[in-house]
Amino acid sequence: MAAETKIDPMHQFQIGALNGGALDGAPFVFTNSALWMLIVLGSILLFMWGGMKREMIPGRWQAAVEGLVGFTSGMALTSIGPEGRKYAPWIFTVFTFILFANLMGMMPFGVVDAAHPFTVTSQFTVTGVLAIISFSIVLIVGFWKHGFHFFSLFVPHGTPAPMLPLIVPIELISFLVRPFSLALRLFVAMIAGHILVDVFGYFIINGINSGTAMGYAISAISFVFIAGVNALELLVCAIQAYVFALLTSLYINDAVHLH
Amino acid sequence: MPQINQLLLVYQSQWFWLLLVLAVIYFGIGKGMIPKIEQTVGQRDARIAGDLAAAEKARTDANEAEERARAADVRARGEAQSFIAQAKARAATASETRLAAADAEIGARLAAAEASLADARAKALDSLETVAAEAAQEIVAKVSDAKVTAAQAASAVKAVFANG
Repeated sequence: MAAETKIDPMHQFQIGALNGGALDGAPFVFTNSALWMLIVLGSILLFMWGGMKREMIPGRWQAAVEGLVGFTSGMALTSIGPEGRKYAPWIFTVFTFILFANLMGMMPFGVVDAAHPFTVTSQFTVTGVLAIISFSIVLIVGFWKHGFHFFSLFVPHGTPAPMLPLIVPIELISFLVRPFSLALRLFVAMIAGHILVDVFGYFIINGINSGTAMGYAISAISFVFIAGVNALELLVCAIQAYVFALLTSLYINDAVHLH
Repeated sequence: MPQINQLLLVYQSQWFWLLLVLAVIYFGIGKGMIPKIEQTVGQRDARIAGDLAAAEKARTDANEAEERARAADVRARGEAQSFIAQAKARAATASETRLAAADAEIGARLAAAEASLADARAKALDSLETVAAEAAQEIVAKVSDAKVTAAQAASAVKAVFANG
């Protein structure tokens, strides 16, 4: 029995090339991260395929798929209005990808060491791309529809003229910070939850390995705690996907309608 | 933090695979499958709305039919009542005329009977006087041996009858 297991909660975020080669910064390297992105994609496709029976009276699976589609389309339509239909596919893409990636990262496949899930949304290279695409849509739609009038977004209605030198920079900064807050919120929520679960998982193992009464007590307490944290993490998975999609649709609404 | 340490080594492959996956979701599912799913949902909603409208129409139709039936019922009842009233009136007049006719016949028969009764009584009285006069004449003849004429006896009897 190992006397001491080294606590290394960051190991789970390590990306490695799966074909045995070294990471060399090239775009086509197939990594564990890429593998789990494809697993996420595959599970989404499987889920959606199950709902494509297109029956008049839906079964449970079809009802679930229609519920997901109705949920994301409804979010786009209520946030943006009738024009929201154009942006519904992107809202759906964002919400579904983040939701499935988050949940896939919480799956207990790690009991088989090689199948330890990799949470792709815990990489800011991933969340950053999602946020940048959402922000690009906002900029492109805003300038496309309103031209330079889009800058009136930084001048809230009814601002007194003397306040403008103060308000406009604040609005501008809060606007420019949006992609970062969008990316970091998801990234931080995921990484924090996984580190927490990982650390207390090590506590359980080390407590049992210590073989003392104190160690067993700590293991038991950690086990109860980790069960609660896991439940909370599942909730966070859904909430973060919802928040990302909702904020994206609200930002697009700003671009479509200004203030 | 591997996310920062490995950034330069992995960002290209991360972006490549992520964009690939997002493209498949966006175009394959978002643009390909979702319109079909929403079409199905739309068809179902339209069907439900149509069925509800049909049910609503059937309900109003049923209500109207019930209203019509009720009105027809009321009308028929009224007709029946007036028919009954007419029949009653007809029956009443018929029985009245018959009663009147019977009454008149009975009256006529009564009058005839009374008349024949009076006649018989007068006849009886008449014959009684004659018998009484004859008896008086004979009694007088036997008792006093005096001779009274029939006329005398008759007038005496008449006087007694008139007093009696």
